[in-house]
Amino acid sequence: MKKYKEILFDPIFNNNPIALQILGICSALAVTSKLETSVVMSIAVTLVVAFSNLFVSLIRNHISSSTRILIEMTIIASLVIIADQLIKAFAYDVSKQLSVYVGLIITNCIVMGRAEAFALKNKPFPSFLDGIGNGLGYSFILLTVGFVRELIGSGKLFGITIFSSVNDGGWYLPNGLFLLAPSAFFLIGLIIWTIRTFKPEQVEEE
Amino acid sequence: MSSDNLKKTIGVALGVCLVASILVSTAAVELKPIQTKNAKLDLLINILEAGDLYSPGVDIQQTYNEKISAELIELETGKPLTESEYTAELTPEKFDLKSWASSPELGTPIPSEQDLADIKRQPKYMAVYTVKNTDGEIEKYIMPIMGTGLWSTLYGFIALDKDLKTIKGFTFYEHGETPGLGGEVDNPKWKQQWVGKKAFDDNWDVKIQVLKGTVDETDPNKQFKVDGLSGSTLTTRGVDNLVRYWLGENGYGHFIDYLRGES
Repeated sequence: MKKYKEILFDPIFNNNPIALQILGICSALAVTSKLETSVVMSIAVTLVVAFSNLFVSLIRNHISSSTRILIEMTIIASLVIIADQLIKAFAYDVSKQLSVYVGLIITNCIVMGRAEAFALKNKPFPSFLDGIGNGLGYSFILLTVGFVRELIGSGKLFGITIFSSVNDGGWYLPNGLFLLAPSAFFLIGLIIWTIRTFKPEQVEEE
Repeated sequence: MSSDNLKKTIGVALGVCLVASILVSTAAVELKPIQTKNAKLDLLINILEAGDLYSPGVDIQQTYNEKISAELIELETGKPLTESEYTAELTPEKFDLKSWASSPELGTPIPSEQDLADIKRQPKYMAVYTVKNTDGEIEKYIMPIMGTGLWSTLYGFIALDKDLKTIKGFTFYEHGETPGLGGEVDNPKWKQQWVGKKAFDDNWDVKIQVLKGTVDETDPNKQFKVDGLSGSTLTTRGVDNLVRYWLGENGYGHFIDYLRGES
């Protein structure tokens, strides 16, 4: 039981895919200018990692080493297409904002990385949990960054005004920098710094 | 049995591909109707918004059917098509700005020296949506527009009053401009500014202009001027160009001439 708990929760702080392994940065920069898109992207990535881990693990004893990457990619790509179709059908507005980034989950290194590093060597259930865990780790960063960027960049959360901006006759002067991709770099850097301050074992040796 | 046996390798690969393709095609086919409905509804919402008929909670399809009628016009002559000229592909219902512009039959290239909106191709025919009041009189015309901003092509609508000079609505429904900067073309407050501005002067020359900066309240020509978006010079310039392009003679100019001649 304890082992499962570790698999599930370790990737959030102890082994975060973005903060420690520095994977999946591209989408973390691109979709986090609003909290709503961050949430949808987080859910999509979590489900894709979890199920790709599950399926890869189910057939892990039948995959030959020479074709394993191709088979993993086929599974991941199919799951991403299905996720994309579902988002287009049930969250049309968000799908317009996410545009190509849902499709680009295929190239998110976290998905492939977990399939290679974990699912190929472990039983289906732990693999599924590992996928959920890494998805949560990814989501943790995305939601934090999305929260800060939307609040400082446009004074809103989920599109609801928190600080009424000068453009709308209020007092808050939005900081446009936070709506641009580089701000996510700074924020992710700050998050990594914070985590490593509390967990010095994550600091790389010089 | 080893996993590296050739037959098994091919078998597993084929099996995975088969299952994956069945799942993907099922999802695509099953969800297609919902997606098409979403896209259509989204377009209707935008037409209604441009015509200032939309508020959350209204029955979109019903409002559209009651208030709006669509027709196709030929940009080159400015004349509306009669219903006998409609074909299977050429109807207002089938109108699709993007695919018509790129289609070899329905689209046409724009000579680069005239291509103010920087769009390279445009449809030969455009759908125009007329808003009628309860007596069946035309109140405004809603016309699709497109043009290049900083990163992306912007797609939207401009609504003109029945006097053909006054702008009644302005909206973009699709763009990829920087959120918070150029992306503020979405901002209702900014869009509201366009309402009441004059697109043409008394000689029917296109006069509307998006400034870099804000409109001076004492300017005698302020009815022709709209505030630019701060922090987004290139998006503002793109919007300025595309509006002037579409109201000019390569856009709806001939159609507007036709309507003036008629009334």
